[in-house]
Amino acid sequence: MIKKRIIPCLLLKNGRCVKGINFTNHRDVGHPITNAKIYDAQGADELILLDITANNENRDILYEIIQKTADECFMPLTVGGGIKTLEDIQKLLRAGADKVAINTHAVDNPEFISKAAEVFGKQCIVISVDYKNNKVYTHSAARKTKKEPVSWAQEAAKRGAGEILLTDIAKEGTRSGYDLEIIKAAVKAVEIPVIASGGAGSLEDLKKAFLEANASAAALASILHFTDQSVIKIRNYLSAEGIEVRIDA
Amino acid sequence: MGSEILEQNKIVVVIDYGMGNMRSVAKAFEYLGCQTVISSNPDDIKRADYLVLPGVGSFGRGMDNLKRLNLIELLSDEVLNKKKPILGICLGMQLMADDGEEFGYHKGLGWIRFSVKKLEADGRMLKIPHVGWNNTAIKKDCFLFKGFVQDPVFYFVHSYHMVCDSDDIIAATCNYGKDFAAAVQKGNIFATQFHPEKSQILGLKLLENFINWRG
Repeated sequence: MIKKRIIPCLLLKNGRCVKGINFTNHRDVGHPITNAKIYDAQGADELILLDITANNENRDILYEIIQKTADECFMPLTVGGGIKTLEDIQKLLRAGADKVAINTHAVDNPEFISKAAEVFGKQCIVISVDYKNNKVYTHSAARKTKKEPVSWAQEAAKRGAGEILLTDIAKEGTRSGYDLEIIKAAVKAVEIPVIASGGAGSLEDLKKAFLEANASAAALASILHFTDQSVIKIRNYLSAEGIEVRIDA
Repeated sequence: MGSEILEQNKIVVVIDYGMGNMRSVAKAFEYLGCQTVISSNPDDIKRADYLVLPGVGSFGRGMDNLKRLNLIELLSDEVLNKKKPILGICLGMQLMADDGEEFGYHKGLGWIRFSVKKLEADGRMLKIPHVGWNNTAIKKDCFLFKGFVQDPVFYFVHSYHMVCDSDDIIAATCNYGKDFAAAVQKGNIFATQFHPEKSQILGLKLLENFINWRG
């Protein structure tokens, strides 16, 4: 049976991992390769790396981090941040990414989703939907759009997205639980997997994301950075709660 | 890793035809101690001890790229006539089939008598693409699974699959809506729908088995 996925998410800024609250006030949470290796050793199901460096001048740092991560971690890597062209995607895949996460450029140019899916396969294209008060935001939560998260997820899926990474900006970094209602609505609205993101703070939060909202995967960060929970503890808990997770990792 | 000692300097060539995650695949073989080359150069392919056809992307584009690089005849000669061991991964597995129907009908390499069809899942409980870790059921005594216990879990990411009938080349199946071929073996031709290079310890074990295969 297909397993529910536990996916640590690392935010990268100038080559370091950071974590904030509601997309601001970032603090340093360590070296990306070290973090990635710990998650890999604990049997994380995948890893998401999102580059939030304000400008894209230092792309080479990102490629180097991906290369080093892919050299040492034999788990799937999704990489996002500043993707604008098919060539950007090609470079990330060549560096060792398996999937790419796209937000701003997909909102500005929805037809880019179809183009990317046709070249790289839809399973490669994760559309990252950041939202607050039922409106989609781009540019790392700096710019509000008129789109609503569920209908935008539906459109993205229709255009060829392979997965939706659904992040509640108001929950992000707060450890106050996922926004179960929107996750549930998105899961019902699309045929592709939905990754719940933003707000995981306790074991119960993860259980609810899977059992109540029926997400295919849960992204988590603060709970791993700032509490004594680990991928191993989370997996054992979810398994004991009857949720189908990978236990032989 | 396992107890078998690799022969030194066995060359693994990961075929570079512009489709996806060659680097990850190559790194896994390097980790196992192989001399690994990512290449589409005919000389490299000819001197390889083991070939790997990886691939992420669509069927038609994969075949087009193999054609454009003039690799089809060369690979068929290495695999079918010279019986060089080859491992197809994901799209690489699917391209070994007779034909595929992703973005229109396309002819495949035709090394194994299968067709590639869209996964049959409802999109509600079972999402498409099939993304994530799933159990496989080992169906025959295949060298890839040497030393494995039943129902190993591997990482899958695909929307299409090789249609599974009772053919005895199926080494393992996976159930997603219905059973499909998760791994096949026909002599020196090995292939997996899942990604061993992304399946952590069990995946590395399977790759290690592949490079220890001696026919």
